[in-house]
Amino acid sequence: MGYRFGQMLTALFLVLLASVSWAEEPLQDPTAPPRTTTENSVDEIDILPLSLQEILNRLTNRSFDEKEAAIRQLAKQDNPRVVPLLNALMNRELVHNRKDDTIALGVKKDGQWELRDPESSEVIGQADSRAVRPVIINNRLRTVINNQLALVALNDPDSDIRYQAAGQLIGNDDAEMLAALTTRHYQESHPRVVAQIDTALNIAALRSDDLTTRLDAIEALAGNLHPEVKNALNTRLLAADTPQESQALEKAIARIEARIDTFQTADTVFFGLSLGSVLLLAAIGLAITFGVMGVINMAHGELIMLGAYTTYVVQQLLPDSHEWSLLIAVPAAFLVSAFVGVLIERFVIRFLYGRPLETLLATFGVSLILQQAVRVIFSPLNRTVITPEWMSGALEINPVFSLTYNRLYIIVFALAVFLALLALLKKTRLGLQVRAVSQNRATARGLGIRSERVNALTFGLGSGIAGVAGVALAQLTNVGPNLGQSYIIDSFMVVVFGGVGNLWGTLTAAFSLGIANKLLEPMAGAVLAKIVVLVFIILFIQRKPRGLFPQRGRAAEE
Amino acid sequence: MRDSTFKSAFNDRTAKTFMAVLFGATLLVTVLNQLFPADSVLHVSAYTVTLLGKYLCYALLALALDLVWGYCGILSLGHGAFFALGGYAMGMYLMRQIGDRGVYGNPELPDFMVFLNWSELPWYWHGFDQFWFTALMILLVPGLLAFVFGWLAFRSRVTGVYLSIITQALTYALMLAFFRNELGFGGNNGLTDFKDLLGFSLQSDTTRVGLLIATAVALAGAFILCRWITGSKLGRVVMAVRDAESRTRFVGYRTEHYKLWIFTLSAILAGIAGALYVPQVGIINPGEFSPLNSIELVVWVAVGGRATLYGAVIGAILVNYGKTVFTGIMPEAWLFALGGLFVAVTVFLPHGLVGLVAENWGKVKTRFAQNGNASNTTNPAEGDTP
Repeated sequence: MGYRFGQMLTALFLVLLASVSWAEEPLQDPTAPPRTTTENSVDEIDILPLSLQEILNRLTNRSFDEKEAAIRQLAKQDNPRVVPLLNALMNRELVHNRKDDTIALGVKKDGQWELRDPESSEVIGQADSRAVRPVIINNRLRTVINNQLALVALNDPDSDIRYQAAGQLIGNDDAEMLAALTTRHYQESHPRVVAQIDTALNIAALRSDDLTTRLDAIEALAGNLHPEVKNALNTRLLAADTPQESQALEKAIARIEARIDTFQTADTVFFGLSLGSVLLLAAIGLAITFGVMGVINMAHGELIMLGAYTTYVVQQLLPDSHEWSLLIAVPAAFLVSAFVGVLIERFVIRFLYGRPLETLLATFGVSLILQQAVRVIFSPLNRTVITPEWMSGALEINPVFSLTYNRLYIIVFALAVFLALLALLKKTRLGLQVRAVSQNRATARGLGIRSERVNALTFGLGSGIAGVAGVALAQLTNVGPNLGQSYIIDSFMVVVFGGVGNLWGTLTAAFSLGIANKLLEPMAGAVLAKIVVLVFIILFIQRKPRGLFPQRGRAAEE
Repeated sequence: MRDSTFKSAFNDRTAKTFMAVLFGATLLVTVLNQLFPADSVLHVSAYTVTLLGKYLCYALLALALDLVWGYCGILSLGHGAFFALGGYAMGMYLMRQIGDRGVYGNPELPDFMVFLNWSELPWYWHGFDQFWFTALMILLVPGLLAFVFGWLAFRSRVTGVYLSIITQALTYALMLAFFRNELGFGGNNGLTDFKDLLGFSLQSDTTRVGLLIATAVALAGAFILCRWITGSKLGRVVMAVRDAESRTRFVGYRTEHYKLWIFTLSAILAGIAGALYVPQVGIINPGEFSPLNSIELVVWVAVGGRATLYGAVIGAILVNYGKTVFTGIMPEAWLFALGGLFVAVTVFLPHGLVGLVAENWGKVKTRFAQNGNASNTTNPAEGDTP
């Protein structure tokens, strides 16, 4: 055992040495002039045995083995043209010019081939479509080209490209690739890339003949989340013949599965948090109008919808600036919804203070009118809001767990809105007045607070926040006339569950309902999860009619 | 109390007038439909018969809501759920009556179950081939749900807006549940394609007229029942609960028992309305559970006028007639009209149309009598704010 291991190490070391020298050699002369003519290459035969054109010309051979050799040789050249040429070969843009039996870059134009020089990519002439034939490659050669491209990319200055290249080489057991990976491993300073290379090398080591090497590799791979790792370990488990190895393999696989479970739970919680923040945004405006003012606003959902439509309109008005139009949409939506909210307060709710059930009905009427108005103005069809570039994509933490940016931003946004609102209510003069009026209207009036104005402003504030919620929702769902309706019941549930008049209760309720919903979903399906949550809240309200955090003291009225 | 003045003025006459109008209209439509040939000017089409039957079902539903909202101050935003449950029970019976006349010709399973590859009837579908069992379920299912829900809610003193919101959540949850195919009620499409009821084809004019008469009888019966209850001592206590629940409780009444009783009765009435509704419109689907329907129902009662019973009936018929007309002429304006109605009625007409007429009638009368002391206008449902 030990002998063979030593032998292998020596071999590895030799390969390593060779590849290091190969890798570093070209670095000595990075600015070498491009060699264009065949005559020059004769003089430089020591450094570079053949010119690019000469190597390429080997591709005219019909044998795939010969072509493969040519590809490998091409890839070894230190020349910025190598990658484009390999890509051209993949895309059938490298052609065999039969007239002079050379290889050139060719693009088909109007039934003719436009030929370009492979090195300078200057046009060198036109050719009849019969006189030219693309170089034929098969799947084996495609793999070879891809691997060679990955090898080149492995030395790219950009760490992202190196990371991707290393990822592509995972599961590859070609000696040359492994050697290159080992080399890179020693030079690499970026931890992500190092980890990726480690994974690739360890997977390769699983196929080693030496038990100790394999055990070491298994040990190192335990808990690794790359999908290839689990496959490789499972494959190895079938071939394992010693109990020691089987045990180690099973342990490693169990560990991977445990980690996958953990991260899937984390994923669910993240989705729950993002749903919770959507609920928070939708409910927080309601928490003000319902909680602080005691007004049931059934049109709240429609105010959210107005915010979403405002986002849409802003995007239509600024067609060239999707990237930052959201910055305009947020205040615009706030103003539009707040304005509509103040109108509702002045013309409807004002007459109904102290009659909560009537307020509920009247605002429901308002919601029907707003919905229908939107249907008439924008058509009943859904509108799509374009998500800006910086909000798409995902922050990949590991292969099974990634955070999508739009959800991440919405969580942050919801919390920011929450804190801003909290600060407004606790730190500003308006907030003080709002709290005073909500606690005892008569006394507040007696102390000179204009309660009518405070009512209108509070209602405007709650409505404006609904509009802001609409901007966020527009990024997640389609914008349609029914957008608000689907959130109104959920929002009421959040407010009631959290305890009326308590912003922190709303926060807790939104996140716990969001997470509960997402945790139940895999078990019961989306609709059933929602039903379960609704039934839970219905039962919960029976137990604690005032919510999680009931108001105490005089403000509680009862 | 305004009610007492109302009663002293109308008490005996109200029920009689109501019955006379109801049966008069039903009889007229029946005669015009049955005795005049189709090409006669006086003939009333089967469409109109069904339409009137539909309105009467809505009226019965509104009556049920008026009983809890107008007299007991419980604003239920989930009464549509009881209506739909009664409807589903009837729908299940009608589905079983199709027998092997369905598209797939399966004598045992309704079409949608065959379509979903179900091999046998779910347990809760058993018995629905018998009419007596169905009739029992029409009363029992909504009643039981209301009983359990009310027992939980009233016992823990969930009142006012909170109650309204959780009743809305109840119907919303039921809607989501009934949309699922797995529940075994036809999912999205609901139950439809009915053939006959008790052996009578649902397509024939005679059956339609029969259903209209049955609905009218049910409505009249419910009206008399509600009238009797609200006039009885029990009704007085219920109204006391509406006006001042805490006081009633301190006087020694178990207010939650009264509320539970009236709520369950109302749910049963709503279930009957649903059961009569389904054979007339020929379909029941989860859309009936939608919160919007339940809220629309509230506006019928509000338009008519709360706590009068006949006000609810008038409101339901007027609003639905308006809906039929509006959606025919300009469909997109209907929701504007309905929304406007919600706002206008709550802001300007707290007592509904009936209240408006009664107040003006009162003014006219006082002017003639030179009494100067017009009946006061306390809002019946207002007093409950704790």
